[in-house]
Amino acid sequence: MASETRGPQGFERVIEAAPAKVAEFAETKTPVQKLQYALHQTPALVPLIVLVASIIGFGLLLGHKFFSAYALTLILQQVAITGIVGAAQTLVVMTAGIELSVGAITVLSSVIMGQFTFRYGIPAPISVLCGLGVGTFIGFLNGTMVARMKLPPFIVTLGMWQIVLAANFIYSANETIRAQDIEEKAPILQFFGETIRIGGAVLNFGAILMIAIVAVLAYVLRHTAFGRHVYAVGDDPDAAELAGVKVKSILISVYTISGLICGLAGWALIGRLGSVSPTSAQLENINSITAVVIGGISLFGGRGSILGMMFGALIVGVFTLGLRMYGTDPQWTFLLIGSLIIAAVAVDQWIRKAAA
Amino acid sequence: MDQKGGGVMDPILTARGLTKRYGKVTALDHCDFELYPGEILAVIGDNGAGKSTLIKALSGAVIPDEGEIRLEGQPINFASPLDARAKGIETVYQTLAMSPALSIADNMFMGRELRRPGMMGKLFRMLDRPQMERIAREKLSELGLMTIQDINQAVESLSGGQRQGVAVARAAAFGSKVIILDEPTAALGVKESRRVLELILDVKARGIPIILISHNMPHVFEVADRIHIHRLGRRLCVIDPKQYTMSDAVAFMTGAKLPEGAEAA
Repeated sequence: MASETRGPQGFERVIEAAPAKVAEFAETKTPVQKLQYALHQTPALVPLIVLVASIIGFGLLLGHKFFSAYALTLILQQVAITGIVGAAQTLVVMTAGIELSVGAITVLSSVIMGQFTFRYGIPAPISVLCGLGVGTFIGFLNGTMVARMKLPPFIVTLGMWQIVLAANFIYSANETIRAQDIEEKAPILQFFGETIRIGGAVLNFGAILMIAIVAVLAYVLRHTAFGRHVYAVGDDPDAAELAGVKVKSILISVYTISGLICGLAGWALIGRLGSVSPTSAQLENINSITAVVIGGISLFGGRGSILGMMFGALIVGVFTLGLRMYGTDPQWTFLLIGSLIIAAVAVDQWIRKAAA
Repeated sequence: MDQKGGGVMDPILTARGLTKRYGKVTALDHCDFELYPGEILAVIGDNGAGKSTLIKALSGAVIPDEGEIRLEGQPINFASPLDARAKGIETVYQTLAMSPALSIADNMFMGRELRRPGMMGKLFRMLDRPQMERIAREKLSELGLMTIQDINQAVESLSGGQRQGVAVARAAAFGSKVIILDEPTAALGVKESRRVLELILDVKARGIPIILISHNMPHVFEVADRIHIHRLGRRLCVIDPKQYTMSDAVAFMTGAKLPEGAEAA
C-alpha cells in the first residue's frame, strides 16, 4: 500500500503528457476586450469621456455662451456642495454601504455654525469647529451602529436622516439667519463663498475645497494602506478580516470621516447661500448618490475611483447649465440624468465582465 | 522520509484539552494536537467533526473556551488571526481570503503593507509599491508558481488554481513557523490540484511544517507524513499513512472501526 500511495495516482499519470504550464495568460485580445480591460483598470475613464463629450457637445450647440471660462467655472461653483457631499458618500459606498443622512448632517452642521454664533454669541471660528465636531460625531454614531451592532447601513442612515433633520428643525426653530447679518458679524462663516478671478474664470473657495478634498482622498485611497483596506472591506469584509484588516475600525473611520466632510460641506453651504437656512441641502443625499453612480463607483462596494464621482457631479452640472442655457424645460435635465444613471450601471456591469 | 513522534524532536505546535462550545453544541471536546518540525500533518474527519474549529483555534480565528496552545513550548493566546500571523502561523483559508478587485501585490501584502522610507512614508503614509511588487513577483517565481505578466492584475482575473497559488505563496512568504492549508485542492481540477500538491511539497522542502486539512484521501495519503483523525470534537488517533490504507482511515473517521488502543490519543 505504502509505495502506491506516494506520487501521483495512476489515473493522473497521463497529465505528464499535457503542457506543463499551469497558468497561462491568453494574450490575444480584441480591441473591445482591450477597452474593457482598460476601463476595468481605470474606472474613472468612462465618466471622464462622458464629461468631455458633453462639454464639447454643449460647446458646439451653444457656442461661446457655454464654452467660456466663466460658464465652465460657474459649473464648478454649482456642483461644489454636491461634489463635497459626494466625496463623503463615495467613502461609504466603497465599503458597500450607503449614507442617506449626508444631506441632513450637512444642513445641521451649517445651522449649528450659524446658531452658535448668533444665538449664544460664541466666536464664529469656535462655532465652526462645533459644527464640524457635530457632523463628525454623527458620522461616528453611524459607523458604530454599522460596524459594532452590525445594522445595515441603509437602515441606520435612513433613521439617522430623519433624526438629524428633525433635530435640525427643532433646534433652529425653522429660522433662517440672514446673509447681511452674517456678512456684518461673522464673515468667516461665508469664507467658502469668497471668489478669485483669473481672467473670465471665477473660482469660489467652495469649488477649491471640493477639488482639494477629492485630491486628498484620491491619494489616500490609492497610495495608503488605509485606502487599500477601504477597498478590501467593500470587496469582501470576511476575506479582509481573515487577511488581517481591522474591518470594524475601518468602517467606523470611514463613516466618521464622511461625517467630517459633511460638516465641511455645511460650512461651504453657508458660503454658497450667504445665509444659514435649515431647509437647504435637502436633495444632497440623492444628488451625491447620483454623482457616485454616474461616476462609475459600484454600489456593491470595492470598486471605482473618487475622481469618477467628481466627474459624475460635473456631468450633472454640465447638463443642468447646458440645458438651461439652451432654454429647454428643466424636466429634460432630470430625464437625461435618469438615463445616465441607468447607463452608468449598465456600463459598470459590462466592465465587471472583464474580470470573468 | 523520517517519521516524527519518536520523541526525538519536540513538537513545534501543541494543543492540550481544547474545548469550544457554541451554545449547546460542543465543537471541540478536550482536543489534543501536535505538529512536529518539518512534517506535513494531515487533519481529516467527517463533516461536523470539528476540524475547522480546531484549525480556527490554531490560527487565531476562534478563541477556545478551555485548553492551552503552545508554540515552541511557549503558551500562546491568540486574540485574532493577526496575532497568529505575528507569531509566524499563516493560514490559507478555503475561501482564500483575497479581495478580488485588488491586485496580486495588494493582496499579498494586505494587512502588512510596506511604506516608503523617509518623509513620504512617515508623514504621508505612502505605500512602497515598487518594493511590494518586486517582492510579490519574487515570491511567486520562487515557488515556480506561474508566469505572471502583470503583478497589478486584479485577483478576480486569475483562474482558481492561480488564486490558490497566490494564496499559498502569500502564506509561504510570511509564514515562518507553521502554514495551515484548509482544503487547498477542493475547488481545483485534476491538473491544478497536482500543481498545488507539488507546491505543498516545495514548501515542506524549505523546512516549514504544514497542517493540511482535506477530504481528498488520495491527496492526503500522497503528501502527509502523519494523519490526525478527528472524530466527535476530539483527536481519535494519529496514523502513519504507510501503515494504514485509505479505507482504514475512512473507517476510523466515520466510526466504522476503532483504532487499536496503542494508537488512540
